[in-house]
Amino acid sequence: MTNLATAFRAAPPTAWFGLVVTTLIFFVALLAPVIAPYGQTQIVGPEFAPWSNSHLLGTDNLGRDMATRMIYGARNTVGVALATTLLAFLLGGSAGLLAGTVRGWADQLLGRFVDIIMAIPSLIFALLLLAIFGTSIASLILIIAGLESTRFFRLARALALGISALDYVEAARLRGEGLGWLIYREILPNAAAPLIAEFGLRLCFAFLFIATLSFLGLGIQPPTADWGSMVRDNAVLITYGDITPLLPAAAIALLTVAVNFIVDWLLQRSSGLKD
Amino acid sequence: MRSLAAMILKRIGLGFVTLAIVSFIVFFAVYLLPGDLAEEILGQARTPETVANIRHELGLDRPAGTRYIEWIGGVLTGDFGRSLASGRSIAELTGSRLVNTFFLAGFAATISLPLSIALGLAAALYRGRLIDRSINVAALTAISLPEFFVAYILILALSVKAGLVPSLASVNPDTPLAERFYRTILPVVTLTLAVAAHVIRLTRAAIVNLMANQYIEMARLKGLKPSRVIVRHALPNALAPIINVVVLNLAYLIVGVVVVEVVFGYPGLGQLLVDAVAKRDIPVVQATCLIFASTYIVLNLIADVLTIALDPRLLHQR
Repeated sequence: MTNLATAFRAAPPTAWFGLVVTTLIFFVALLAPVIAPYGQTQIVGPEFAPWSNSHLLGTDNLGRDMATRMIYGARNTVGVALATTLLAFLLGGSAGLLAGTVRGWADQLLGRFVDIIMAIPSLIFALLLLAIFGTSIASLILIIAGLESTRFFRLARALALGISALDYVEAARLRGEGLGWLIYREILPNAAAPLIAEFGLRLCFAFLFIATLSFLGLGIQPPTADWGSMVRDNAVLITYGDITPLLPAAAIALLTVAVNFIVDWLLQRSSGLKD
Repeated sequence: MRSLAAMILKRIGLGFVTLAIVSFIVFFAVYLLPGDLAEEILGQARTPETVANIRHELGLDRPAGTRYIEWIGGVLTGDFGRSLASGRSIAELTGSRLVNTFFLAGFAATISLPLSIALGLAAALYRGRLIDRSINVAALTAISLPEFFVAYILILALSVKAGLVPSLASVNPDTPLAERFYRTILPVVTLTLAVAAHVIRLTRAAIVNLMANQYIEMARLKGLKPSRVIVRHALPNALAPIINVVVLNLAYLIVGVVVVEVVFGYPGLGQLLVDAVAKRDIPVVQATCLIFASTYIVLNLIADVLTIALDPRLLHQR
């Protein structure tokens, strides 16, 4: 614990900013039903009402409370992005570690498969699959997790390849340890830091990706509140010089910047670079 | 010389194999759906007749192999089939939109690439100084912002508040060229900001790597002027990575236009794709995805070929 405390004390201001913002958004997402003044689909007033005491950020295109939807949006957008990245991490990470340790034809096959998926821009691939499978939250998570897992696979495989060539892994192998032990006890501890940093980066990417799809009307579907579609639904206000529709977009940007700052700090710490 | 040609030919061959596999994926992805696609598209409103009709339109009632050969044969001769939603020929739908999208991407590229390479070079040469740090922070921030956020901020500032440029980029085939440039200013600025961030960072990294080489150090220690070190010693070797960066970003632009076209209501291929996905108009989605993916693959191929051709060191790899 003291280690952690010193690490935090030594953290640069950008990392602090990142940590504070992320924690704040995390708690808002967690406590959404408690903090939010209204329900996320509840119609509470006229359409496009201006900012007032009863509706802090006014109302949206259907007369729902904008502040409430911002709070629920944190929950839905971040929740879906987190679920997607976790799934991709588990899928791609375990397949990558396995392929890099065992090698052989399965590794070759998976490698070629990943190469082909990565040859198509992921937005285009995701749009193709969304057209076929339809735009439900489940298919959204599965499709993006599937595409994202290729990145984790690449990294995990490269790490496992490098680490399994080291003497201590060879020693464990000669000792007769099983595959599970080799991966879990010998390789994973050394691969964890870069994998976690990659998790942060991919989380940002998945978050932006889902927000973009929702903005295009193809991600999280109404009436569920989400930051991407909130921009789309209220965009018309911008032509009247109102900044309200920009707030969800700013929230997306804020969280992405915050997570990027944390990842930057983690990478610098794990690589031992001071500058 | 022969081995150089062989390497390039091999890379081109690989590119064609990739294109073939991608066309396979785009076509056969439809068969991944566990249920019946026709019933799935029609949803609650289906009747046996409409389902049979859609199945026929999609070719689901014929063997997949035959259908693929028909489809790819059609694509190669410029016939993409018909749209499910409107019944119009897809080639007709994509024709002018393809031109529009390439116009937008090309316009954005001619502005963003020289600008961002110059900034990337400046950041690398004045590494660690104020100019480098401010370029870096700006680029990092720009990467983190969603494109639609940048787009709407620009609309708010330049179009709504200042009234300088139109907020909608509506063009049609009869719009004169000058008018076209004027109407696409905002989409182009948005794309420029998105792409420039990447190009700046990559150019900077490439040059910083290069300047750390011993032969550059040597040239400096000989007392050469900095400008000569850069132009005669650094630049020839930096050309390959920079060209790589340029072409990769053209590929990125081709994809980045999707969001920008939707925001600005620009009648391009990206907007068509998004509409078709929303309507689950599978033949249109397949055609546009194939066009986007092929463009992306071909641009990557060009980047690799140029890198091979421009880097003499690749010839002597053992």
